[in-house]
Amino acid sequence: MSTATIEHAPAGHGAHTEPTGLWSWITTVDHKRIAIMYFLAATFFFFVGGVEALLIRIQLWNPEQAIFSAELYNQLFTMHGTTMVFLVAMPMAVAFFNYVVPLQIGARDVAFPRLNALSFWIFLFGGIYINLGWFIGAAPHASWVGYATLTSNAYSPGFNTDFWFIGLSIIGIASIAGGVNFITTIVNMRAPGMKMMRMPLFTWMTFVTSFLLITAIPVIAVALIFLGFDRTFGSVFFDPSMGGDPVLWQHLFWIFGHPEVYILILPSFGVISDVIPTFSKKPLFGYPIVVYAGILIGFIGWGVWSHHMFTTGLGPIADSFFVAATMIIAIPTGVKIFNWIATMWGGTIRFTTAMLFCVGLLVVFTVGGLSGIMHAAAPITLQQHDSYFVVAHFHYVIVGGAMMGLWAGLYYWFPKVTGRLLNETLGKWHFWTTMVGFNLTFFPMHFSGLYGMPRRIYTYSADLNVDLFNQLATIGAFIFGVSALIMVWNLWHSARKGEKAGANPWEAATLEWSIPSPPHHYNFPELPVVRSREPLWNDGEREEVLAATMLEPETEPVMPVPSYWPILLALSITVAWGLVMTGIWWVIVLGIIPVFFCTLMWAFQPAFPEGH
Amino acid sequence: MAQAVAASAHDAHDPHATNTGVSNFKLGFWVFLASECLFFGTLISTYMVYKGSALEGPYPTDLFDIIKTTISTTVLLFSSLAMVLALHYVHEARKNLAILWLFAVIAMGGTFLVMEYFSYIKYIGYGLTIGSSTFGSSYFVLTGTHKAHVAVGMIWMGILAWRLHKGKIPPSKSDQVEVAGLYWHFVDIIWIVIFTLVYLIP
Repeated sequence: MSTATIEHAPAGHGAHTEPTGLWSWITTVDHKRIAIMYFLAATFFFFVGGVEALLIRIQLWNPEQAIFSAELYNQLFTMHGTTMVFLVAMPMAVAFFNYVVPLQIGARDVAFPRLNALSFWIFLFGGIYINLGWFIGAAPHASWVGYATLTSNAYSPGFNTDFWFIGLSIIGIASIAGGVNFITTIVNMRAPGMKMMRMPLFTWMTFVTSFLLITAIPVIAVALIFLGFDRTFGSVFFDPSMGGDPVLWQHLFWIFGHPEVYILILPSFGVISDVIPTFSKKPLFGYPIVVYAGILIGFIGWGVWSHHMFTTGLGPIADSFFVAATMIIAIPTGVKIFNWIATMWGGTIRFTTAMLFCVGLLVVFTVGGLSGIMHAAAPITLQQHDSYFVVAHFHYVIVGGAMMGLWAGLYYWFPKVTGRLLNETLGKWHFWTTMVGFNLTFFPMHFSGLYGMPRRIYTYSADLNVDLFNQLATIGAFIFGVSALIMVWNLWHSARKGEKAGANPWEAATLEWSIPSPPHHYNFPELPVVRSREPLWNDGEREEVLAATMLEPETEPVMPVPSYWPILLALSITVAWGLVMTGIWWVIVLGIIPVFFCTLMWAFQPAFPEGH
Repeated sequence: MAQAVAASAHDAHDPHATNTGVSNFKLGFWVFLASECLFFGTLISTYMVYKGSALEGPYPTDLFDIIKTTISTTVLLFSSLAMVLALHYVHEARKNLAILWLFAVIAMGGTFLVMEYFSYIKYIGYGLTIGSSTFGSSYFVLTGTHKAHVAVGMIWMGILAWRLHKGKIPPSKSDQVEVAGLYWHFVDIIWIVIFTLVYLIP
C-alpha cells in the first residue's frame, strides 16, 4: 500500500476523462458501458417477449377462440420462448456479470475488453436477426426446442426456421466468447489477496455459469449446424426416411438445454447470495457449502438431460438413471435454500425492494422446485408431459428463480451504476404487482395442466373445464405486464431524479462498494489488497481498502483504447451467417471475406494506447 | 507501465500481470479449446451413432483407403513438429528459421488438405455424398469441419510468418506463436481421434 498517494484522496466524482456521445458507446470496450447496453437490450427484448405472451393469453381467454390463426399462434409461442430464454434471461445475467464481476474481484476490466464488446454486438444483431421473420410474416414457428422433424424442409418449408437456426447460432458465438472471457477474468485478474475462496458468491456463480456456457453451447451449435445442413445442403441428419434419427436432435438439444437451465438460474443464485447477507447484516451462512453446492449443481446439471425425454421411450434403465440424477440435483439446490434462510435467521433484516425480491424468490422458486421433483419421477411425467403443468413448473423456476433474482440485483446494484437509488415506493409496487401477477398467471396452470390442457396448442376444448384457470392466468399476465411498466418507469425516473447514493448505500461488504458510484472508467485507481471475504465489514481492512480505492491518482491508469472493429466484425458475422439462407455456396464464401478482413484488422489494432 | 501510482509495492497497475502467471491470451485460448472439445465431441459422437445406420451404400468399409489416409495423417502429425520448431526459433529470436518452419507447417497442412480433397472426390465418385445417407452426412460434416480448422490454422500461420518477417514478434511476444501452436496441436490431436474412430475401427 502506498501511503504517499493517499493524500490526494478527496474521493467522490473525479475528473472523468471518458468520452461521451453515441460514437463512444458504439466503440466502447468498457465493461460497465457494455453491461448497460446488455441490460437495455435485454429489457427491450423483455417487452417484445412480454407482448407475445400477452397475445398468447388473449387468445386463450375463451375456449375455441380464434383471434389468431394456429400458424400465427405457433409463431407467437415459439418467439416468446426463444426470446425470453436467449434474448432476455441470458443477456440480463450477462449484463450483471459485466458490470459487477470486475468490480467484485478488484479488476479494471475483463480479460478481453474487445471480445466483450464483440459478444454484446453479436448478441444484439443475432437477436434482431431472429426477429426479422416477423417483418415478412415468417417468424420461427417450431417452438423454442425446435424438435426434428418439425423443423425439416418438409414440415417447415418457409424461411421461419431459417431465421431461428441462423439467429441462434449467431448468438451462440456471443455466449462462448463471454464464457471464455469471464473464466479468464476470474482466474487471472483478481486483486491481490482475493483468493478464490474469498470471492463474492456472485462472482463464483458467474464462474460456474461460464463453464456451463463454454461446454453446453458447442453442443447446440453442432445441432444447429446439422439442422442448417439438412435444410440448406440436403444432408439427412434428421430425416427418418433416410435413416436419420429425430431423437438425436432431442438428445443434442437437451444436453445443451438442461445445463442451459442452470445457466439461467445460477447467476440469480449468485445475486441473492450477495444481497441477503447485506440486508441481514450477517456474512453468508456456510460460504464454502454454498460455493460447493453451486459447483455441484453445475456438474450434475450435465447428467440429467434425458428427464426432458421420458416420453420418448428410452427404456427403463436410461429412465431410472435420469430419475435418480434429477432427484440428486435437488439436494445441492435445497442446501442453498437452507443456507439463505440460515443467513437471515437472527440477522438484522432490512426489507428493501432488493431483499423483498430475494425472499419472494425463495418462496416462488421453492414451489417450482417441488413441481420439478414431481417431474423427476418418470411415471408422473408421463401424465404431465406437454401439459400446462410443465408450463407452470418452468415459469416458476425461470421467472420465479432467474428473473426475480436478477430484479433483486437490479435494485441492489442500480445505485452503483447510476449514483442514484431506485425509488423504493415504486420498487415495492413493482415487487407486489410482480408477485400477484406472476402467481395469478402461473399457479392456475398447474390445474389446467392436470385437467389435461396441452401446451403449444392454439386453443382448447370447452369440455376440459379449464376456462376459469385460463381467465385467471390472462388477468394475472396483464398485472404482470403492469409490473414491468412500473419497473421501467422507476428506472427512467430514478436514473434522473432518484435519491443520490454514496459509494456504499447499503453498507455492503464487498469490493464494488468501496469505489465511487458511478465508478471511474478505470474502476480502481490503485488495486486494493483483500484479506477477508467481507473487506468492508472489518475494521482496519476497510480503511486500507478505501485508501486504495478512493484516492485520486495523478495519472490515470492506462485503459484499453476504444475500437469499432468489434461492431463491424459482429455485423459481418451476422451477414455471413444470414447469407446461408440463400443456399448458394459462392455467396456464402463471399460472405466470409468481410469476416476475415475485420478479424485481421482487429488483430492488428493494438489493444492499449501507443507506448504501453 | 511507469505510472504515478508505481510507488505501490505490488505490481497491480501492470495490466499484463496475472494471478496465475499465464497470460490472459493463453489461458483464454485454453478455455476456448475446452469448448472446442465439446464441439468436436458432439460431431464425433454423431458420426459414431450414424456410421452403421446408412440405409443404402456405399458403406464405410467400401470406401476408406487406410494406406492413403495413413500417409496424410503422418504428414499432418509431422506438421506439429514443425510448429514446435517454429516456436523454438521465435524464442531464440531467429526469425528466418521460425518463418521457414511456419511455411513447413503450412506446406504439410496443405498436403493433408490436398490428399483429403482427392479422397473426397473419390468417395463422391462412389456415390457417397452429404445427402446419400446418414453416414455420408455425418462423415462429411465431421471431416469437413476438421478441414476448415486446418485451413484456418494455415491462414493463421501465414499471418504469423508475415508479422515475423516485419519484425513484429520479438521473443517477448512469443505468446502469439505459442497460442497458434496450441490451436495447431489441438487440430492435430482431434485428427488422431478422428483417424482412430473413423478410419481404423471398421
